[in-house]
Amino acid sequence: MAKVPVQFTLNGSEKAEFVESGTTLLHALRDKIGDTSPKGGCHQGTCGACSVIIDGELRLSCLTLAETCGGADIRTTAGLAEGGVLHPLQRAFLDGFATQCGFCTPGMIMAAKVLLDHTPNPSREDVVEALSGSICRCTGYEPIIQAVLAAARANSQNAA
Amino acid sequence: MSLALQTFSSVKDANAALQAAGTRYLGGGTLVVRAANEGDVSVSSLVRVTDPGLSQIAVSGGKIRLGTSVTMAAIARHPELTALAPAARAVGGPAIRNMATVGGNLFAPAPYGDFAVALLALDTTVVTEAGEVPIETFLADRDTSRAIVTAVDVASPKAESFRFLKVSRVKPKGVSVLSIAALLELAPDGTVTSARIALGCMADRPIRALAAEKALLGCKLTPQEIAPALAAAGEGIAPITDPIASAWYRAEVLPVHLGRLLLD
Ligand SMILES: Cc1cc2nc3c(=O)[nH]c(=O)nc-3n(C[C@H](O)[C@H](O)[C@H](O)COP(=O)(O)OP(=O)(O)OC[C@H]3O[C@@H](n4cnc5c(N)ncnc54)[C@H](O)[C@@H]3O)c2cc1C
Ligand code: FES
Ligand code: FES
Repeated sequence: MAKVPVQFTLNGSEKAEFVESGTTLLHALRDKIGDTSPKGGCHQGTCGACSVIIDGELRLSCLTLAETCGGADIRTTAGLAEGGVLHPLQRAFLDGFATQCGFCTPGMIMAAKVLLDHTPNPSREDVVEALSGSICRCTGYEPIIQAVLAAARANSQNAA
Repeated sequence: MSLALQTFSSVKDANAALQAAGTRYLGGGTLVVRAANEGDVSVSSLVRVTDPGLSQIAVSGGKIRLGTSVTMAAIARHPELTALAPAARAVGGPAIRNMATVGGNLFAPAPYGDFAVALLALDTTVVTEAGEVPIETFLADRDTSRAIVTAVDVASPKAESFRFLKVSRVKPKGVSVLSIAALLELAPDGTVTSARIALGCMADRPIRALAAEKALLGCKLTPQEIAPALAAAGEGIAPITDPIASAWYRAEVLPVHLGRLLLD
């Protein structure tokens, strides 16, 4: 199978790789580039564990072909902490016990990040809607919802 | 799995490439890449078109043209498409809506195709390079048609005349038990003067509730007057059975939900 070049920005740094044509972005990120923060749960679009942010929009990397991401700006949970300091969402997930086995966490955090980028003070309904494409088998969701609301409060206090 | 992706800048060149066996068009990929991930070996090659015109939304003089690559998210947030927004928002979760396209929804087998149900009620025209066809003709022929859909043309409905309902077990995001779209014109005294009703999950693709449409004419939207239309709603349906619901269940609840939509 012919290899094709793909080039994009991942968490602010330029990446270039040769992948087999038809490779999913999830596979390229995890097995070629070595960013294992997006998880492969179902490869069917139903679990949300592979969610990443592409050009500001939440996408499922398991259903996205790497070749279609040429020149894109891709963000994953691995790029959130700055200088060893966790992002407010990561902090809130840890503090609120919103992560147990952790498998859904990177997808949940990406979904929450796009929400807070557009809606800094979301309602509970906004949070439920934003996370509705992600499945968690551990927490029962309530701690995750509370963590996202707590991160939003922390952000607005910092901004004030 | 081996899949090869071919990228074209024009629909014409992509249409030529699609003539090869095992080749399929790639929209947002939520169905076709999923099929490949699941091991569907009938697809060996995908074709995509980068023409930005395919992602355009044009609204003018009561007419809406949606390019085939327009996503559900783009429709849901567009200020002039508020009548279509509920149907677009009914598709999947946020990430799916950022990927799922209008063109792909036209081909989605039940229980999917919620947006196509709305398009059927709205008497949409489906556009390809070969010409334009009414959505009913398109849906009937879609298993064998190979031409790329480039756009759909919709007459902009008045907000009060268009109704859409999706019933699912999981909220806010869940696969359809059924979906219903209705375009109703009412006389000033409230009698129905025209009705177009489309149903999702009542066959392998969206269908019209022709008998119910006919029974509604001349009725006022009251429980007594719509009763014959509800009784006729099941004529000609062949609902799907899947893990969400059996065909029997879907047929049983259809009149209940149609009634709610009409009396809303
Ligand atoms: C987790 C999940 C949840 C979902 N929930 C819903 C839901 O609630 N409601 C719903 O309606 N759907 C749902 N879907 C199905 C799907 O996401 C939508 O139907 C979507 O609109 C399909 O569009 P797409 O662009 O992703 O299609 P693709 O996967 O790109 O294409 C689907 C098919 O259509 C053909 N095709 C696409 N565009 C064209 C074109 N322009 N010309 C010719 N052929 C074309 C492709 O070749 C392919 O065979 C869901 C899917 C997943 C994975
Ligand atoms: S792995 Fe992509 S949605 Fe489950
Ligand atoms: S923490 Fe285990 S799946 Fe969510």
